[in-house]
Amino acid sequence: MQSTHGLDATFAALADPTRRAILARLASGEASVTELAQPFAMSQPAISKHLKVLERAGLVSHGRDAQRRPRRLEPKPLAEATAWLERYRRFWERRFQRLDALLDELKTRTRTPGDHR
Amino acid sequence: MKSAGTLQLTAPGERDIVMTRVFDAPCQLVFDAHTKPELVKRWLLGPPGWSMPVCEIDLRVGGKYRFVWRHDRNGTEMGMGGVYREIKAPERIVSTEKFDEAWYPGEAVGTLVLVEQGGRTTLTNTMRYESRAARDAALKSGMESGVKASYDRLAGLLASTPARERA
Repeated sequence: MQSTHGLDATFAALADPTRRAILARLASGEASVTELAQPFAMSQPAISKHLKVLERAGLVSHGRDAQRRPRRLEPKPLAEATAWLERYRRFWERRFQRLDALLDELKTRTRTPGDHR
Repeated sequence: MKSAGTLQLTAPGERDIVMTRVFDAPCQLVFDAHTKPELVKRWLLGPPGWSMPVCEIDLRVGGKYRFVWRHDRNGTEMGMGGVYREIKAPERIVSTEKFDEAWYPGEAVGTLVLVEQGGRTTLTNTMRYESRAARDAALKSGMESGVKASYDRLAGLLASTPARERA
């Protein structure tokens, strides 16, 4: 149950472009809220709000340094969400490979003499 | 054989799952493969060991379709169906989708778009669920885990996915 909630929260967190940009920034190393806010045309409280969503989803944590409280990326939920997508993708890819074979067969069939295709 | 595209799958926004794939065939054939039962039955299968004994398609706006898959050994069945909302042959179909054993809440709406270029067809299938929770449940359950009997297969699949450390 915990992980179902986790997946929901992960996708919800990832649905926003600012939050994705924050994660991309944190992927290259930890940063304070001030540092994170810099590249965005956004107030610090607005960034903090996004960070809260990311923290609730378990995607971001913060360090102990009381002054800076540097945020860092927590890769596990992302890896989990990616794994579910990949599993679903593989299931459909297997179907589409069968469709490839079927389409090849149909193309050969439609190339028979007398057919205008 | 020319190499066909690899399936791109994303879960953008809150409620969508989007699949994109290139097929080395004209649009009309890809459309036929999605709308003629004798062709659909050839590829829209479940995991190995499942057949598709029921595949009924009433291809008109307001018409229904019904698919049933069956596990050949233990007889477990899984059915789904829906209604065609829009049909523009051979390039666009909008239809609803609902599984008998609801593993995601509500109904989903699928939009299939086929674009042909130079004899190849790009397929884009967008599934829109009723809520984010429904989308994520669909994504997470997949078809394979929608049926309890296939849990063993699922376990094998999970074991084969790249190792992820568990806290």
